[in-house]
Amino acid sequence: MTALTPHLSALQVVLPLLAAPLCTIIRLPRVTWGIAMVVGVLCSINAIAILNQVQANGTIIYALGGWAAPWGIEYRIDDANAFVLLIISVINVFGILYARTSIPAELSKDRISWLYTAWLLCFTGLCGITISGDVFNVFVFLEISSLSTYVLVSFGTDKRALTAALRYLIVGTVAATFYVIGIGLLYALTGTLNMADLAQRLPDLSAQRTVLVAFGFIAVGLSIKMALFPFHTWLPNAYTFAPNAVTAFLAGTATKAAIYVFMRLVLTIFPAGFFANSTIAYLIILAAGILGAFVASTIAFFRKDLKRMFAWSSIGQIGYMAIGLGLATSAGVAASFLHLFNHALMKTAVFMAIGCLFAATGSTTLTALKNAGRTMPWTTAAILIGGLSLIGIPFTTGFVSKWYLVTAALELDMWWLAALVLAGSLVTAAYVWKIVETAYFRTDPDATFTRSEAPLSLLIPTWILVIANIYFGVNAQFTGAQALRAANAIFGFAP
Amino acid sequence: MTTFLGLLNYWVVIALMMTGLYIVIAASNYIKKIIGLNIFQTAVFIMYISIGKVSGGTAPILTGQPEVYSNPLPHVLILTAIVVGVATTALGLALIVRIRSAFGTIDDHDVQEIISE
Repeated sequence: MTALTPHLSALQVVLPLLAAPLCTIIRLPRVTWGIAMVVGVLCSINAIAILNQVQANGTIIYALGGWAAPWGIEYRIDDANAFVLLIISVINVFGILYARTSIPAELSKDRISWLYTAWLLCFTGLCGITISGDVFNVFVFLEISSLSTYVLVSFGTDKRALTAALRYLIVGTVAATFYVIGIGLLYALTGTLNMADLAQRLPDLSAQRTVLVAFGFIAVGLSIKMALFPFHTWLPNAYTFAPNAVTAFLAGTATKAAIYVFMRLVLTIFPAGFFANSTIAYLIILAAGILGAFVASTIAFFRKDLKRMFAWSSIGQIGYMAIGLGLATSAGVAASFLHLFNHALMKTAVFMAIGCLFAATGSTTLTALKNAGRTMPWTTAAILIGGLSLIGIPFTTGFVSKWYLVTAALELDMWWLAALVLAGSLVTAAYVWKIVETAYFRTDPDATFTRSEAPLSLLIPTWILVIANIYFGVNAQFTGAQALRAANAIFGFAP
Repeated sequence: MTTFLGLLNYWVVIALMMTGLYIVIAASNYIKKIIGLNIFQTAVFIMYISIGKVSGGTAPILTGQPEVYSNPLPHVLILTAIVVGVATTALGLALIVRIRSAFGTIDDHDVQEIISE
């Protein structure tokens, strides 16, 4: 074990990358699931070890292949990405745990091994995006994860999954190409692709218009990848038609990695007040966040399919993360990191619970929830707690992140923003109430119902996440402290 | 005029980029969309390659004498990007084959009509 310690950061990417082709060779559904599970657990332990190492010894710098930074590619893990890495790895384990029962119900036996191959590759990409310290390397990992995500989406049972996947492919590739254009311009200016080098050299060149153009391309490209309003068009269909386990996994990981890269590039490489129009740039991000929170939540209210409703709600919640980022203070960014963690917990739980509903009723529409309060109390309660968490009711994680966000806004004397954040919660409450009404009140009080709850193998991972939701809502010490450290790391000064 | 010719590569890049992006947005045939995507990506490849070129420079091979040579790094990066582009195209075409067998058409308008029915 001690011999491996210096190489932990490489293992995080290498393990799932090697396991993926193994799945295509073995092809036995149960065995491939086992491989994915073992790799997932190992990577989670690895991510915890990395976080501990970062907290004890500071930033980990790992030169791949022994080539030092300006020439080689380095992995650079500090408090910010160690935290994101942990979130992604843990959600991945629960996603795979859930997939064991959920996937065979939706996919023919011979295709299951392909699904786990794509899943492992997607996880490889997400880990790589998070820990890489080289902007071009980030692009490569971004495409590894995106390409496998398109495949994962296309596994959906409905034939509309195919068009959703193709549309995602087209939009996603345009986004990645925009990002590459931005990087190319930065390279032409500075002659480096290393993030730390870029952050050092760019301030001297801040007067150049090319920097502004590069910023525009990178910001738009990554906004599409993280589904920031109004660049969100790919998300609702992709989430609605992907297999249930895949939706749960993607909702907690894919957009999160993109948001992290966005924060890293916008705040570490293009720091606040560094080029003349930066205030405007942050205001635009802030405005996109506020608009997203309101528009997407309103659209969610009018959706009749639960998966689609919560896909739109995801876009709204990404809006809140953008608001924290747009404030560009360490309190604001800490709120974004906290919400990133909390939203991963609650949205994965909600999508898993919707998958439970699908397993029991064969449908994910709102009408399938009728009487569900009686027939499937556990599934309904999970959706409900997830929904309450999205609103930001006290004793759920959502409350903690809203609290941090409002505090960050008040710190800057932005009363109107605090009011808007709270008003946004009301819109969220509207669609969550629709669910409560259908599930609990549209029932005939005298009728008797037979219980038809989803299988335990689906309910257990769902409820672990639901309980984590309440736990981190009551005790936010770990998440709050870690989010603050992450924000400080993003701004590049030691805590 | 000299500046225009001197920057010829970049004008070509801009023209190709806009052409590609326009096809992606305007074409309703899925294969045409993928071709547009390819043109768009190719424009970026040319941009990188032009950035790396030093006029009068040769390939960076150790010959013993100090020479002017082009920057190989952007070229290597684009080698990676080409691989990514090929993978994307292959996956896109595979999805189109599946769409054709599921919907019987590869035209976006027709597919949307079938979906809305």
